[in-house]
Amino acid sequence: MSKQPGFTPRDWQSHPPQIYPEYKSTPLRGPTKPLVVLPQTLSELTGPVYGQDAVGPLDHDLTKLAARNGEPNGERIIVAGLVSDEDGRPVPNILLEVWQPNAAGRYIHTDDQHDAPIDPNFMGAGRCVTDGSGRYRFITIKPGAYPWGNHYNAWRPNHIHFSLFGPSIVTRLVTQMYFPGDPLLELDPIFQGVPAASRHLLVSKLSIEISEAEWALGYEFNIVLRGRTATPMEH
Amino acid sequence: MAPKQTPSQTVGPYFAYGLTPEQYGYDYKQLAGNNLAEADGSGERITIRGQVFDGNGETIRDAVLELWQADSQGRYAHPEDPRGSNTGFKGFGRVGTGTSPEHFYEFQTIKPGAIGDGQAPHIIVVLFMRGLLNHAYTRIYFSDEGTANDGDPALALVDAARRNTLIARRRESPEGIVYQFDIHMQGEQETVFFDA
Ligand SMILES: [Fe+3]
Repeated sequence: MSKQPGFTPRDWQSHPPQIYPEYKSTPLRGPTKPLVVLPQTLSELTGPVYGQDAVGPLDHDLTKLAARNGEPNGERIIVAGLVSDEDGRPVPNILLEVWQPNAAGRYIHTDDQHDAPIDPNFMGAGRCVTDGSGRYRFITIKPGAYPWGNHYNAWRPNHIHFSLFGPSIVTRLVTQMYFPGDPLLELDPIFQGVPAASRHLLVSKLSIEISEAEWALGYEFNIVLRGRTATPMEH
Repeated sequence: MAPKQTPSQTVGPYFAYGLTPEQYGYDYKQLAGNNLAEADGSGERITIRGQVFDGNGETIRDAVLELWQADSQGRYAHPEDPRGSNTGFKGFGRVGTGTSPEHFYEFQTIKPGAIGDGQAPHIIVVLFMRGLLNHAYTRIYFSDEGTANDGDPALALVDAARRNTLIARRRESPEGIVYQFDIHMQGEQETVFFDA
């Protein structure tokens, strides 16, 4: 049907299972029947296109985007990295969307009733686009840990939610970035749902190169999307 | 050593101000909403509506759905489609289930044309929610395309008894043409999800 090279399959050695009982929302929501393997057609080789024109001038700076009358509370950080595919090729000009709680561990989402203060100068959502070399960078506040109802005394480790489009609809990825050395990681069923050998891929690294002296620490979080298959798909 | 794919994680319950801010009343412009039709004057205007059910048959109020589709001429607005799209039709929409009392989602769009490679007209659906560690990927087909559906190579991969989970039911109503497409995460009517 299609002459274009396709994309490598989702790597189930790297992704979590559909149902991971310790994460208690999965048993009633994860699909129970095997996925039907679908050859890639033009519908799979194409996808939404959002480039630089989709982002506003402050969208990459969450410390300024929603500021009303001052700076947000908490520790300013820079998060940056490379988006590449499985062959190590950079993925330029693709949109990343991020969202997170504030420094106190509170989301502005009205469903979040955690007893921690809203920050009037911080919303916690932003966007940026990878440059010609596949690099992205945004400025934010280090998110706080927060409790959740999964089990008694359950706390999410500090994390930032990431959403990426990539070159086609099948490279779509939603994930979470964690911070190095966080002792909550080993207690967190969402993080632990990932196969052990791949968990480190979700943990950012402190980077003195990304850090800016007298201003903000930097964290490097590189993201790997599905790669291109070498040969055209046959149907 | 080749790098490994970054693992997927759940979208969680608090995606709304990041992904669908205008729909949920947050003061941040959203990239895409539930109206895909406004940029394309051509083609049949349709509404696609449904609910998402968990394994207990309860409606899910914190899911977010994305649509990816061709225009009325079967063309995708993407560089891999050499025909491009004739109009400003982007083909992408996004909506959460949390702003309607019974957790309905609804898209206003145009009915896609056939791509021309033997597949019946269809729309890609990508679905995220709390409790879903990997997004679900499925397709919407149309109940009034029986002959085309019978010849569709993707539907042919699906057990005959489960194909109906991929077919949106057409109905004419005072508000126009409505296709009903419910998604069941589990149970007897579990929707067919693809690994594409
Ligand atoms: Fe979160």
